[in-house]
Amino acid sequence: MYGRKVKLRFLFISLILITLILTVFLVLKSLEENVVYFQSPSEIKTLTELDKSKIRVGGMVKKNSINVNSDEVNFIITDFKNEINVSYSGAVPNLFAEEKGVVAEGFLKDRNFFSATKILAKHDENYMPPEVKKALEEK
Amino acid sequence: MIYSVVGHYSLILGLCIGLILVYFSIQNFRNFNQLDNKILSFSFLQLFFVVVSFLALVISFITSDFSNETVFNNSHTTKPLFYKISGTWGNHEGSLLLWLLVLTLFIFIFLLRTKNQPIKYKILTLVFQQVIIIGFFLFLILTSNPFNYLFPVPNEGLGLNPILQDPALAIHPPILYLGYVGSSIIFSSALAATSLKMVSTNWAIHIKKWVLISWIFLTLGILLGSIWAYYELGWGGFWFWDPVENVSLMPWLALTTLLHCILVLERKETLTSWVIILSIATFTLSMCGTFLVRSGILNSVHTFANDPERGLFILIFLFTLIFLSLLIFFVFHKPGQNNQANFFWLSKETSILINNWFMMYFLSVVLIGTVYPIFLDVISSQKISVGPPFYHKLIIPFLIPFLLMMAIGPKLKWIKSDLKDKIYLFSLLVISVLISFFIVKNFNANVLVNTILISAALYLFFITLRDFFIKKYKNLAQNIAHFGFSLLILSILFNNLFSSEIITNLKVGETYNGSKTKIVFESINQKKQKNYNSIIANFSITNSEGINNNLSPELRIYNQPKITTSEADIKTTLMKDKFIVINLVQNQDYFNVRYQVKPFMLWIWLSVMIISLGGLISLLKKRT
Repeated sequence: MYGRKVKLRFLFISLILITLILTVFLVLKSLEENVVYFQSPSEIKTLTELDKSKIRVGGMVKKNSINVNSDEVNFIITDFKNEINVSYSGAVPNLFAEEKGVVAEGFLKDRNFFSATKILAKHDENYMPPEVKKALEEK
Repeated sequence: MIYSVVGHYSLILGLCIGLILVYFSIQNFRNFNQLDNKILSFSFLQLFFVVVSFLALVISFITSDFSNETVFNNSHTTKPLFYKISGTWGNHEGSLLLWLLVLTLFIFIFLLRTKNQPIKYKILTLVFQQVIIIGFFLFLILTSNPFNYLFPVPNEGLGLNPILQDPALAIHPPILYLGYVGSSIIFSSALAATSLKMVSTNWAIHIKKWVLISWIFLTLGILLGSIWAYYELGWGGFWFWDPVENVSLMPWLALTTLLHCILVLERKETLTSWVIILSIATFTLSMCGTFLVRSGILNSVHTFANDPERGLFILIFLFTLIFLSLLIFFVFHKPGQNNQANFFWLSKETSILINNWFMMYFLSVVLIGTVYPIFLDVISSQKISVGPPFYHKLIIPFLIPFLLMMAIGPKLKWIKSDLKDKIYLFSLLVISVLISFFIVKNFNANVLVNTILISAALYLFFITLRDFFIKKYKNLAQNIAHFGFSLLILSILFNNLFSSEIITNLKVGETYNGSKTKIVFESINQKKQKNYNSIIANFSITNSEGINNNLSPELRIYNQPKITTSEADIKTTLMKDKFIVINLVQNQDYFNVRYQVKPFMLWIWLSVMIISLGGLISLLKKRT
C-alpha cells in the first residue's frame, strides 16, 4: 500500500511524538512533586490538613525570640497576626536577625511548630523577599 | 559634576549617531558597490561617545562625585579604589552602560574585521545591531540614566553592597557581558544572512569565530560567578539552581548547541533552520536574563532595583525583537531540499543532531523550572519555588546517553560512517563500568544510578584521553573540550558523593566532638579595617587520620551599608577542599559554624577552564 519510505517516515514521526509526550509528562510530573509552596503563619493556622511535603514559611523574626544552643537555632516567625515556632539546625545566613524578614524552608510538625532545613539568605538590608512583603502586607 | 554632564550628552550624541547610521545604511544599501566610509567613521564616533560616557561614569565613581545619583547610591568615600571602579558596573545603570559599550565595540570590530563577505550583508548586520543599540540607548536615557543630578549634593554615599566587594565579582560582569553581548552580533548577522539567503557553509566559517568568542567568555563568566558564590555566599557549593544562575546557563546551552550546528554547517549545507533559530534564541535568552535579573522579578543579589517601568520597557523591547526576528525567519528562510532527509543514521552529523536535541531538552527543563514560578505567581498569585531535586531528577538520567554520544560521536565520519575500532570502544566501556562499580561499592553509595553515571562519564574520559595521546592533533579543540566536560561531570559526581558537612553552634573556647572530626574554636581576633570591622575566628580541626588544620574564617561588619558578610576560609589541595564559614547569631554568644570537606572542588574549576581552552584552540586554529 504505502512505500517503504513513507512507512519509515511515519514510524519516525510517531516515535518523535511519543518521546515528546513522554517528556512533557515527565517534566510536569516532576514539577508537581518538587514544587515548594510558600505560606505565611496565618495561612498555616487555617490549614485543614497538614501537608507532609516541604513548604516555605516567611515573615519577620520576632523580637527576643532567637535562642541558640549547641545544635539548634530556635526562633519565632511572625506576620503580626499569627506566629510559628521554628527549630533549625544548619547554617544561618548573615542577615538573619530579629525584626528582619526571613524565609524558612522545611516541614510542618504541627500548626505551631516548624522544622526548618534551610533558611534563605537575604542579600541586602533594604531588600525583602517578595513573599515576606506579601505576607506582611496582608496583616 | 562636569563629568556627569559630559557623560549624559555623550549618550544623547551616541543615540543620534545610531539614527544617522541607520539612515546612511539604508542609503548605502541601495548603492552597495562599496561600503560607505561614512558608516565606518560614524560607527567609530558612536563607540567613542559611549567610551567617553563610560569613562565619565568611572571618573565620577573614582572622585566620589555624589552629585551623581548613581554614585551616591552605590559608592562611599572609604571604599577602596578598586571597588570604586568596579562599582561602576556593580549597579543597574552602570551595568547597562557596560552592555552598551560592548554592543558598540563589537559592531565596530565586526565592521573592521569582516572581509570577503558581501557589502550588503555587512550593512544589514549593522542595521540590525543598531536597532538593538538604539533600544539600549533609549532604555538608558529614559528609564535608567546613570547621570541623574542630585541637589543638594550629599556628603556621603550609601555604599556598595559588601558582598559585591570582591575581586571575582569585580571582573565577573564584564566577562559575562562579553559573552552575552557577543551573541548580539550572531543574532544580527544571522538575521542579515537569512534576509539575503546566504546562510551557507561560507557564512558558517565566518560566523564561527564570533560564536566561539562569545562562548568562551560566557563559559568563563559563569565560572567566575560560580567561584564567587562558593566562597562568598557561604552556602558551601558551586551551583544552587538559583534562578539567576539558570538565566546564565540557558544562553550557554543554546550557544553550545549553536556552536555544534555551525560545525555541521561548515561541512555540509544542512541544519540551517537550527542555526538561525538558535542564533535568535541565544540572544533572546541573554536579553531575557537581563530582563529577569534587572526587573526585580527574581530575588537575588543581582536585583538592583524594583522599578516596574524598566521591566516593562525590556519586556516590550524583547517582544519586538523576537517578533521581528521570527518574521524575518518565516518570510525569508526557505530550507534547502537537501535538508534533514539526507541524514544517514550513523554519521557525525546525526550524532550531533541527537545531542542537540538533548541539549534542547536540558534547556527546556531549566527554562520551565525558572519561569514556572513567575508564571504561576502572575496567574494565581501563588508563591512557589522549584528546588534542585526537580533539575536533578530530570537532567541526570539523560546525561547518560548524552555522555555516551559525546564519546562515540566524534569517532564517526561525516555523511556516512561505520563504527571502527569496535573492540577498543567496547573494552573501554567494560573497563569504565568495572572501575565505577568498584568505586561506588567501596563507598556504599546508591549503587545503580551512580555506577551507570560514573561509567558514562569515565567512558568519555578514557576515550578522549586515549585520543589525545594517539590521534595527535587531529581535532584537538573538540578533544580537549569533551575531555574537560567528562572531567567536570566526574568531579561533580565525586564531589556530590563524598562531601561531608558538619554544622554546629559554638562559643569561643568550645570544642565540637564528632565521630570523625574534632573542631576546636580557639579564639577570635578583632581588627579595624578601612571600611569594615573584621572578626577573625581561629579553629583547629583534627580529622580521623589525626591530621590537624588551622582555619581562620572571617566576619566582616561593614559600616556603610551596615551589612555583615562572612569570608570562608578554604584550604585547597589537589584532592579536596576544606571549607569553613562562620556566622554571628544576633545577641548570642554562639557562632554558627559550618565545616565541609569537599573533594575535587579544584577540578570542577579546572575542568571548566579546560572546556573553554578547547574553544580557544578552535578559535586560534588555522583552517586547513
